[in-house]
Amino acid sequence: MKLVTAVIKPYQLDAVKEALHALGVAGLTVSEVQGYGRQKGHTEVYRGAEYTVEFLPKIRVEVLTDELDVNKVVDAIVAAARTGKIGDGKVWVTGIEDVVRVRTGERGLDAL
Amino acid sequence: MPEAPTIDTGNTAWLLVSSAIVLLMTPGLALFYGGLNRAKGVLNMIMMSFSAIGLVSILWLFYGFSAAFGEDQGGVIGDLGQYLGTKTFMAETDLWGETGVPLYVFMAFQMMFAVITVALISGAISDRAKFSGWLLFVVGWASLVYFPVAHWVWGGGFIGANLGALDFAGGTAVHINAGAAALALVLVLGRRLGWPRETMKPHNVPMVALGAGLLWFGWFGFNAGSELTADLTTGLAFVNTQVATAAAVLGWLLVEKARDGRPTLVGASSGAIAGLVAITPACAFVTPWAAVLLGLVAGAVCALAVGLKYRLGYDDSLDVVGVHFVGGWIGCLWIGLFGTSSVSSLVSNEGLFYGGGVTQLGVQAVSGLIVTGYSFVVAFVLAFVIQKTIGFRVSEQAEVEGIDIAEHAESGYDLSPAAGSAGGGAFAAAGLTGGRPAGQTGAPGAEQVAAGWPAGGRHGHPDSAGGEGADATGQRRW
Repeated sequence: MKLVTAVIKPYQLDAVKEALHALGVAGLTVSEVQGYGRQKGHTEVYRGAEYTVEFLPKIRVEVLTDELDVNKVVDAIVAAARTGKIGDGKVWVTGIEDVVRVRTGERGLDAL
Repeated sequence: MPEAPTIDTGNTAWLLVSSAIVLLMTPGLALFYGGLNRAKGVLNMIMMSFSAIGLVSILWLFYGFSAAFGEDQGGVIGDLGQYLGTKTFMAETDLWGETGVPLYVFMAFQMMFAVITVALISGAISDRAKFSGWLLFVVGWASLVYFPVAHWVWGGGFIGANLGALDFAGGTAVHINAGAAALALVLVLGRRLGWPRETMKPHNVPMVALGAGLLWFGWFGFNAGSELTADLTTGLAFVNTQVATAAAVLGWLLVEKARDGRPTLVGASSGAIAGLVAITPACAFVTPWAAVLLGLVAGAVCALAVGLKYRLGYDDSLDVVGVHFVGGWIGCLWIGLFGTSSVSSLVSNEGLFYGGGVTQLGVQAVSGLIVTGYSFVVAFVLAFVIQKTIGFRVSEQAEVEGIDIAEHAESGYDLSPAAGSAGGGAFAAAGLTGGRPAGQTGAPGAEQVAAGWPAGGRHGHPDSAGGEGADATGQRRW
């Protein structure tokens, strides 16, 4: 089993959700996070005073998936989240040892 | 024998409406300042305006109106006993001059001016002034500065009656006056922690625009109401208020576009205020085209002036000096440049550009300098005394953690579900505090569980509202 984590632009969340839904992904976790990559934030100006916002608002999407489907999930997220502009985000994959469905106690693939 | 004056219902109705919308300016100002401030001090910022409404209204009734508009005593102050708040004015002849407006209506109209002038100052000292220090300052400054200065300018005192300075609705008495006091307070209180290394950005720009909109709306009462009657001059003041403000929005945005690359909503809102401030003294003394010019200049100059604090190193948090002091001065001097008797019989010396030379310009400058000096010195001394006695600045810890919690025990926003429901606020309100002393803060949820709250009790347990298990005071007996 794999955990696919994607940090994306907030406004791409709906597109990513739709793409994963179309793949048949049953569930995902979304959280609001802040951070920066190569673009190093942005500058705002209030009454002529510059304010550098280093940490930009991003959305972190986490999907637990079967190893066989992991590439499809990653490709779907990347395709849906891409705007082509700087700050589109990152997607990474980590291995998962076990998963338990809290309601039933099922483990492993059955719990996905 | 002249006829006794009678009530003019049209004038009275207009001035009552004006009074009400001028009052609305102060909550508008509170939103404007509140939005410009950081989130952790938004309530304190708003509280400073609301407390000014509370305190100054009462002072005005009891002796402020007498001091400002009572019979002149040597050009300095009004007869303090003339309209004392313990007297009642319900006779048919208790009218204000020739306006046909009941004394109470004129008193109420001027009351709103006193309130907002004091509230204006608060924008300079956000996030760091003790609330008790602010209240003391309000009483002192209103009594020692605003009431006498209003008398000097409008009430028959030496600036208006003897010097001949013109100030239709408050460029000198309100904006220069408040701006000078704001600068004095800033110098006594010092900078906010972290300023100017951290630029303290506005936390709610839509709120800034809402506040500016309410101010703009109320300002028609402020300026056009200052005619006290409904006549030709009222119409001129109304139109000038609109076109000068509109031009100032454009002036500020042009500076932003040229300097920063993009026009901003904070800039448009600030430009509106700068225009309103600047047209205030001049609105009945200049033609509409001169008002447009005034607005453009005020918008552009104030946009540049708000940057002065970074160069000179004083932390005027929300730019009271850059907008009100500078804008007030521009309007004050504009009368000496563009004032014309063709629109107002009150203009006895034509402005410089109408061939009147520099006479009126000089008079205007002297009036501005007198008010600047007096307000600055008295505000400085008052603030210094408060600082040395009860203290005027909150502790460093309170400032870092946020003045709202430290001074008022409440916070503006509670957006996180994790932080929202754990406070047990409803229980505290009902007196069901599980024996905790009132006023104790923190996260009582855990303590309540430890003290034996039944599961589900926080969500309407049958006996949680004072039935079995509750004593007469509503406190649980565990």
